Amino acid sequence: MMKNTASINPLENEAIYIFREVAAQFERPVLLFSGGKDSITLVRLAQKAFYPAKIPFPLMHIDTGHNFPETIEFRDRLVKELDLELIVRNVQDSINEGKVKEESGKYASRNVLQTTTLLDAIEEFKFDACIGGARRDEEKARAKERIFSVRDDFGQWDEKNQRPELFDMLNGQIELGQNVRVFPISNWTELDVWSYIQKEQIEIPSIYFAHTRATFLRDGLIWSADDAVVYREKDEEVEERVVRFRTVGDMSCTAAVLSGASDINTVVQEIRDSTISERGARIDDKRSEAAMEKRKQQGYF
Amino acid sequence: MDVLKIATAGSVDDGKSTLIGRLLYDTKSLTSDKLEAIETKSRQLGYDYLDFSLATDGLVAEREQGITIDVAHIYFSTVNKSYIIADTPGHVEYTRNMVTGASTSQAAIVLIDARKGVIEQTNRHFFINNLLRIKTVIVAINKMDLVDFSEEKYNAIKSDFEALMSKRDYQNQNISFVPVSALKGDNVVNRSENTPWYDGETLLENLEGINNEDIYNVGTPRFPVQYVIRPKTEEFHDFRGYAGKVYGGELSVGDDVVVLPSQTKSKIKEIHFYDKKVETASRRSSVLITLEDDVNISRGDMIVKENDLPTVDKQFTATISWMDSQDLTAGKKYVVQHGVNKVLAKVDQIHHKINPDYSGIDEAVNALSMNDIATVSFKLNKPIFYDAFKSHRTNGSFILIDSQSNNTVGAGFIQ
Ligand SMILES: Nc1nc2c(ncn2[C@@H]2O[C@H](COP(=O)(O)OP(=O)(O)O)[C@@H](O)[C@H]2O)c(=O)[nH]1
Ligand SMILES: [Mg+2]
Repeated sequence: MMKNTASINPLENEAIYIFREVAAQFERPVLLFSGGKDSITLVRLAQKAFYPAKIPFPLMHIDTGHNFPETIEFRDRLVKELDLELIVRNVQDSINEGKVKEESGKYASRNVLQTTTLLDAIEEFKFDACIGGARRDEEKARAKERIFSVRDDFGQWDEKNQRPELFDMLNGQIELGQNVRVFPISNWTELDVWSYIQKEQIEIPSIYFAHTRATFLRDGLIWSADDAVVYREKDEEVEERVVRFRTVGDMSCTAAVLSGASDINTVVQEIRDSTISERGARIDDKRSEAAMEKRKQQGYF
Repeated sequence: MDVLKIATAGSVDDGKSTLIGRLLYDTKSLTSDKLEAIETKSRQLGYDYLDFSLATDGLVAEREQGITIDVAHIYFSTVNKSYIIADTPGHVEYTRNMVTGASTSQAAIVLIDARKGVIEQTNRHFFINNLLRIKTVIVAINKMDLVDFSEEKYNAIKSDFEALMSKRDYQNQNISFVPVSALKGDNVVNRSENTPWYDGETLLENLEGINNEDIYNVGTPRFPVQYVIRPKTEEFHDFRGYAGKVYGGELSVGDDVVVLPSQTKSKIKEIHFYDKKVETASRRSSVLITLEDDVNISRGDMIVKENDLPTVDKQFTATISWMDSQDLTAGKKYVVQHGVNKVLAKVDQIHHKINPDYSGIDEAVNALSMNDIATVSFKLNKPIFYDAFKSHRTNGSFILIDSQSNNTVGAGFIQ
């Protein structure tokens, strides 16, 4: 008979350990919450790390104003059900204050603009640790990221001069004004996250599952035509397709994939069989080969 | 599923990044968009083959200079296992990154360029793998295509390496040799027709055969308390639980334990994992423990089994891998982070530098500079609870933090 033992999933155990290090080493941590599957997974892991106590830090959403409505609904429900504290800061406010300028044209997106809003919020609340759901398998610059990644006073990442991270030991010592970005699921792959959501029966927004949506094609990718924020040329024809989203970011830069996967089991199977990476559907990374590295240097998530 | 962490080692240009790219490609782990990016870039650079190192060299500076500067973590899986490979830099000045990559790994692949054979860097890298007590080392003799897949060459390099093996102090390593061409794919995932004289396993077969259970020592549970959980809700009014990760062996409800440093005896009352109560916390699980008695415990304290105590002392001697541009000298003070415990430490004495080439010449020095390895003794302001690194990987290792720069400036392995 199997002994009644604690989790043997090394990735889960590692993430819980990291969460507890954050709570112990920092005074004002915050969990950056986007409403996507990775940050929803983070919330479950944080619950596990601190149960039966509540998660000892707030969630913060940097809202581009271009989110899928399903994501926002989901966010508000989750926060209520788990009795969490949620801080929302809006990119629109940064635009109104003249701190950033809205992009224009066919590929306009508020994705890059988020950085300013994020850095301002970090300063406003004096956060010293920002927990994020980035994974090393997502992108090649992220593959270089530490679990505790120090950002200077300007929120910048010095990628060529990172602190060595040895064994399980996480060094969170920083100076006033610096902050640390923490990535508890650094070592998870996309499939690990989906398998975990399946096993834990974690609820996620409906846009991750197959649905019928008005869409149009551009650059070989499928875009939502439902909403005004996604720029569409007159000759880009709208057609109803059965799609789902594999990653959920700003609507203006997240493309859908054709899929009939309508529940978690079929989604996991689809990811398992997939021959394209999830970032293949994000136009923000296609801007240039070093797009992510550049954004990270400037203080992006 | 089992997760196996592997570090690569080898001199610059020996083909580490290419080998990892090849592993990804031949196990069909490269998604079509990533593969396209590699094809495009290879064409741009004017190559008539696919440069798989582009899959791992993720920084602009790395691609421009064609070298690996910092550790990248690469993921792939087979039906048996998930793999995390640390692609480490080969330059001498990045030795600290090598130590870093190896510290979290359970196995290592050491690359040797078949044209060059065993060189000084091979010595150094094998030495580090030995120092860190990496249980499984696979020596991949690469670029066999450039030496006409010569059996003679392969055997000569193999016997040179075996000469190194006799000098190491950690004899309990499993070492195997594979002739490969990372660029062409021979014996990486697919068996090569160019090496009919080789009947051993391919690199991947070797990796698949590694048993994770061998790796973490069993029998000596150590539970460093990370965080004290006190919910103060109505339902859990008097609840006081100790959060942490179990290292070395398992802990069970009813175990007689001692809390360090107070030496207070108690018994494990409950073990929680999230909302479940469990009987046993297996090695490397992150759990929450409650005790029968009301003991005053805070972060950095350690719960251990009564009959199995670590050394409790305010001084120790350790092998140090120095990683900072400022020298370590006797009398300097650092923060020692031993697991989750932090104490102040003063360098008592630098005994000698260790030449990581097995030459046996240990120089007496006054200062350690970056990438040096040495035996150093420390005095602490408070006792820590440690084991020798050779009997306990986790509880025998620590990092040194410079309290001015806050940087991690060294790693240590307690003797
Ligand atoms: N002919 C040949 N060239 C190889 C082989 N493996 C790597 N190379 C080449 O050696 C150079 C250095 O490879 P790279 O993977 O960057 O080495 P690293 O510095 O160890 O990561 C590149 O030009 C590779 O294409 C091999 O098996 N055969
Ligand atoms: Mg390389």
